[in-house]
Amino acid sequence: MNIEELSEVVVRFSGDSGDGMQLAGNIFSTISATVGNSISTFPDYPADIRAPQGSLTGVSGFQVHIGADKVYTPGDLCDVLVAMNAAALKTQLKYAKSNATIIIDTDSFGPKDLEKAQFQSEDYLGEMGIDHDRVISCPLTTMVKECLADTGMDNKAVMKCRNMFALGLVCWLFDRDLNIAFNFLRGKFAKKPNIAEANIRVIQAGYDYGHNTHSSAHNVYRIETKDKVAGRYMDITGNKATAYGFIAAAEKAGLKLYLGSYPITPATDVLHELSKHKSLGVITVQCEDEIAGCASSLGASFAGALAVTSTSGPGICLKSEAMNLAVIMELPLVVLDVQRGGPATGLPTKSEQTDLLQVLFGRNGDSPMPVMAAFSPTDCFDAAYEASKIALEHMTPVVLLTDAYIANGSGAFRLPDLCEYPDINPPYVPEEMKGTWTPYMRKENGTRYWAVAGREGFEHILGGLEKDDKTGAISTNPENHDLMTRKRQAKIDAIPVPDIVVEGDKDDAELLIVGFGGTYGHLRAAMDQMRAEGKKVALAQFRYINPLPANAAEVLTRYPNVVVAEQNMGQLAGWLRMKVDGFCPAQYNEVKGQPFKVADLVKAFYAIIKK
Amino acid sequence: MAYSAQDFKKGQPRWCPGCGDHFFLANLHKAMAEIGVAPHDIAVISGIGCSSRLPHYMATYGMNTIHGRAAAIATGCKVANPRLSVWQISGDGDGLAIGGNHFIHANRRNIDLNMILLNNRIYGLTKGQYSPTSPRGFVSKSSPYGTVEDPFRPAELCFGARGHFFARAVATDAPGTVDILKAAYNHKGSSVCEILQNCVIFNDGCHASVYDKKERAKNAIYVKHGQPLVFGENNEYGIVQEGFGLKIVEIGKDGITMDDILVHDAHCKDNTLQLKLAMMGDGDGFPVALGVIRDVEAPTYNDAVEAQIEEVKAQKKYHSFAELLETNDIWEVHN
Repeated sequence: MNIEELSEVVVRFSGDSGDGMQLAGNIFSTISATVGNSISTFPDYPADIRAPQGSLTGVSGFQVHIGADKVYTPGDLCDVLVAMNAAALKTQLKYAKSNATIIIDTDSFGPKDLEKAQFQSEDYLGEMGIDHDRVISCPLTTMVKECLADTGMDNKAVMKCRNMFALGLVCWLFDRDLNIAFNFLRGKFAKKPNIAEANIRVIQAGYDYGHNTHSSAHNVYRIETKDKVAGRYMDITGNKATAYGFIAAAEKAGLKLYLGSYPITPATDVLHELSKHKSLGVITVQCEDEIAGCASSLGASFAGALAVTSTSGPGICLKSEAMNLAVIMELPLVVLDVQRGGPATGLPTKSEQTDLLQVLFGRNGDSPMPVMAAFSPTDCFDAAYEASKIALEHMTPVVLLTDAYIANGSGAFRLPDLCEYPDINPPYVPEEMKGTWTPYMRKENGTRYWAVAGREGFEHILGGLEKDDKTGAISTNPENHDLMTRKRQAKIDAIPVPDIVVEGDKDDAELLIVGFGGTYGHLRAAMDQMRAEGKKVALAQFRYINPLPANAAEVLTRYPNVVVAEQNMGQLAGWLRMKVDGFCPAQYNEVKGQPFKVADLVKAFYAIIKK
Repeated sequence: MAYSAQDFKKGQPRWCPGCGDHFFLANLHKAMAEIGVAPHDIAVISGIGCSSRLPHYMATYGMNTIHGRAAAIATGCKVANPRLSVWQISGDGDGLAIGGNHFIHANRRNIDLNMILLNNRIYGLTKGQYSPTSPRGFVSKSSPYGTVEDPFRPAELCFGARGHFFARAVATDAPGTVDILKAAYNHKGSSVCEILQNCVIFNDGCHASVYDKKERAKNAIYVKHGQPLVFGENNEYGIVQEGFGLKIVEIGKDGITMDDILVHDAHCKDNTLQLKLAMMGDGDGFPVALGVIRDVEAPTYNDAVEAQIEEVKAQKKYHSFAELLETNDIWEVHN
């Protein structure tokens, strides 16, 4: 048997949405991360709750990219494809490299399965043009049944373990330590030890199958990690990291954390995660609608909590009036928008960056609001912390943009030490201002003071009507409205945000790639590839979109070629053109609901340089 | 510390002269003085509409927010700081049309809000369109030929949403209004107070049958828990149960004595008879019921939220962010 050293590998688990592919993929990525590999994962699941079994629309996938060096994306195409049934093979082959190893359960390629998957003949490999040599054909279901024959488990329970056989086989292929998987399963099924043991037995059987038959694959692969950053790590999805960021910020600020939310894909996991942590005092209210999610959070903010509302694009549409109320009342509020495909219901489980202009402008009146975007699953933690800090310290609603891709994807997260994070100091009205204070008095940076309801001597009224700058009473005075509008704008403009960091060939790049938020990994990987091929390329990925970093204009106009690459029809490009005189970039736009493909980016970027 | 109505007053109300909101505001100031909660521990939260201007005339914490959302905003405020006494002010349009969803859910959750519904059966601030409480056939600027839809009756909506407290008063009736406001404060959980209020400009006389004291004596019944349901200028009439419904009887006539009269039970969990009382007076020959119609104890949302947090704190071993991190599967990478 040939053991081959690899620097990186991409594995895609696919099967029916009931086949447990997400779990198998998760365990595999955890095992890989535990031995120090860099990981990036991408679950790709259908919007239907449960499409008909074996159908083409019911296929669920989980892709994991593991690398010896840092990996930035889940990978364009996989090196190993696990296809648990005929429909999975049919729909997922397009995500596999032409020389990928393919693992199939031959028991799920019967005449009915083939018919449901719309194959024309029994020669499904031939139809798909797959070379038999690269297929590990294995009667997986039969073996799982045999393996568990003496357990007394019913057929349904036995079938649920099929994913573990595939996992065991993949673990053999990549020489992974099964004990990590065993511990994971014992933890997950702590209350059902017999289920845990059945799963463990099946993983072992899958591993042994590979080992004993040496299978029909040519190689076993090893991925040794280089350049490790020492520390303690956990696997974390973007949504979980976001929830953790809010918890950390509330603790740092010494405030209660309040989440008002309404279930919506793909943001709901934030509600799920925060609902678990009542032992930290977290309050989650599952509201009657999106509007109440935002409105109740604003009420909680008035009462002195770190108030957060979480949603996706359609929810922002509904929350926008209450978000605007937060603008004029100048109360802290974090609005999390986990972007998905639109418009309207659009592609609920898929990823886009199409809410940028909505969150910047989708409100009546001049309504400036800070907007920032997280780069990666693990970066969601820092981004949520920073969004909370800005909201609390500058008395403003803040929009934090993530997207379905980074929200559901995961990465290895180095456990943060809160002591290393900056303090959060809300501008509480000083006690000595009692008697002279009015609601719209401002600090030097333009931020108004926060008098939390319940504090004696600072009773006041806020509201949606324009207020007099001096007295805080309702005012329709034209000069005052003009003044207040300018003050609200100036307050946001004055929020200090770090300069944008240019990566790559920052001094002499012939092409600057510009993006924002969750496309960081793909744009970075595209840049790395082009540089490895001898091109001078740089990347400026925007995290702070409103206000823009002070050096934005200078950076954007420094290079001979600039391309703004985003998963929409040009929203960031438009915003930057509005903000930077004479800025006229090339654009790369894609709205397929899927993450970028590095290969597509590289091809497009070469075309720009050659022009 | 003792408070006077003056301690809760602020500013000069801008409502039309004679508007029912003036009367209600004065009664609210008075009730708050009697309740005795400090102004800084009170939050008065309104939506949009004539009556929603009210927080501006309170020396408490307050928010005059956006149309329909007062109940939702008040919910967050109360849950985040249960120590605050939270009062939600809405009109019939704000509370039952655009804010109808929040109204029913606040009642369903039984969050400890005092929800005041100032019902003048018209949109006043937008100058005279029919509201969700305007009667069928009502002629207004937006229904010049009369409406072709039935109104909500607030009590029915409250009860349908599993509300545990419903009371009604006429804005001009100071003792009646102060009484129900105090009862609403003392009730733990969502409490709906329907205030019958006249719009002198766009719907004058909408509550004429009960608006002044003299008419009220004839056309209203003050219900009080544990007291027989009697009314009339000399309490000569009473209400008895007959079949599935209620009936008016004359005491002393046909052998009817006080012992035959139905005794009000606001604490009865079954709301059947309370609903019948609340629905009286809609042109059906019955008097309009005023006072506390339903007042039933039940677990409140805010208490339950707090209790659950304490319970889980006692159960779980992690109480800080650093401890939370340790609950995950962690691996160590060495150089």
